Amino acid sequence: MLRDITIGQFFPGNSLIHRLDPRFKIVITFIYILMLFTGSSILCLAIGAVYTVVAVLLSHIPAKMFVKSVKPLMPFLILTAVINIFFLDGGDVYLKWHFIKITSEGVSVSVFMIIRIVLLISGSSLLTYTTSPITLTDAIERLLAPLKKIKVPVHELAMMMSIALRFIPTLIEETDKIISAQKARGAEIDSGNFMSRAKNMIAILVPLFVSSFRRADELATAMECRCYRGGEGRTRLRQLKSESRDYIALAVTLIFYVSVITVNFLFVSKS
Amino acid sequence: MGDIIEIKNLHFSYPASEDGGKPVEVLKGVDLEIKNGEFIAVLGHNGSGKSTLAKLMNGILVPESGKVIVDGTDTTDEEKIFELRCRVGMVFQNPDNQIVSSIVEEDVAFALENLGVPYEEMRRRVDDSLKAVNMYEYRLHSPAQLSGGQKQRVAIAGIIAMKPKCIILDEPTAMLDPQGRREVMNVIRKMNREQGITIVLITHYMDEAAQCDRVVVMDKGRIVLDDVPRTVFSHVEQVKAIGLDVPQATELAWRLRKAGFDIPAEIINEQECVDALVKLFDK
Repeated sequence: MLRDITIGQFFPGNSLIHRLDPRFKIVITFIYILMLFTGSSILCLAIGAVYTVVAVLLSHIPAKMFVKSVKPLMPFLILTAVINIFFLDGGDVYLKWHFIKITSEGVSVSVFMIIRIVLLISGSSLLTYTTSPITLTDAIERLLAPLKKIKVPVHELAMMMSIALRFIPTLIEETDKIISAQKARGAEIDSGNFMSRAKNMIAILVPLFVSSFRRADELATAMECRCYRGGEGRTRLRQLKSESRDYIALAVTLIFYVSVITVNFLFVSKS
Repeated sequence: MGDIIEIKNLHFSYPASEDGGKPVEVLKGVDLEIKNGEFIAVLGHNGSGKSTLAKLMNGILVPESGKVIVDGTDTTDEEKIFELRCRVGMVFQNPDNQIVSSIVEEDVAFALENLGVPYEEMRRRVDDSLKAVNMYEYRLHSPAQLSGGQKQRVAIAGIIAMKPKCIILDEPTAMLDPQGRREVMNVIRKMNREQGITIVLITHYMDEAAQCDRVVVMDKGRIVLDDVPRTVFSHVEQVKAIGLDVPQATELAWRLRKAGFDIPAEIINEQECVDALVKLFDK
């Protein structure tokens, strides 16, 4: 059950998307998110969808991975969509029964929202699927580097984040083990009402925390043994070099963004 | 061939815990000299002070009294501490808790990044180290996808990349399966033989100790035996009194001797044991 969480999971590869400069990828993802939120018509979303599909195809990452990343949010999406369908008023009325009214406005808003969120998640998953967490952190560190001047501990934050990412799979594995161990000793983890379940979580969380502190201590020693002394004077194995393809990718994204704005503008001015 | 590590009358205690415990004296006067290029095993049961000794050898801990001199540098010399840690690398028991990065090659590069090694040289040293431990084809994998033995080899590569003169391994095989243990031991032996790196192997496994040039046995913060494995394991009673075992072959020979059979006392591996037994039957 815990293994299904894919956020922050990286698929090594050598596609065009993989090779893009991570700093550009972050900026592009931001523009992409802006684009999705700026778009206010189905046509805008269609442009966004084309962009997403092309990017996904270029990344050579199986489409089922994206389905997987959207899946956990599906119940929430469907619930919101249903609420929207029933309670939003406006446009043609398709069905009316007591206080329930299904209108064209409600349907289009729901569909619109679902598509927007699915695109949003797939697009941002693409960033983490094609960029190793440490490269990502590295890129964030470099993008935020100017903040060092105002005493923001950028390197330290980036280091903490990359270590946290590194330990996600380890801790998931550990949690699985602890759950099995506690079940083997008769702990009822999946049964009972909400309160007793919450209480049972203690049996998992306490060992998990104890072992995490031990891990942190050992990791700190291991890092010291490898001469870690903060961000001063560090060099990098991962060289970030922006090449023409990065600028092209950025330009293409901007073109899409501009076209979404244009479509928006046309749509608004017509209606 | 000089000494890479010189330990003189070393004492060390962990400070008293805050809830009123007494300071625990872990090392009570240790003297040890380790020669350049030696392959040495440190044995001792839990609490004998062997892990503490390891941490004192590269300046993670500093002596309470006595001296630890590594390659001519005192470990208390704070200005040279990073230089010293490059010369004496350390590998720990749990491979998961010493891998910093989510990508194998970036983890191997971690120490070099900290030292500010320029890119071209870093790239070369990372590739060489990964090839040396036979993990080059996994360089872009995530450590989570590797087996315990592979992770431990990555950790060793991360140390080799610093080009140390000496590697201290604190029970590197304790959490591995037999396959992983074999892989790691082969890599360690190779490093010692081919690159002349001094190896200090802290272990619980007697058969691993039997493969070393020299075995140091610790008990209650002191060194009680220090000799070639053959001689150390011939003191079966003494080793057992400390709570340690001897290699199985040695144990068998020892029991046979006790039962009155004429079999040599200094047997440390299966082959020797087989030969001795064959001889015994031929008589």
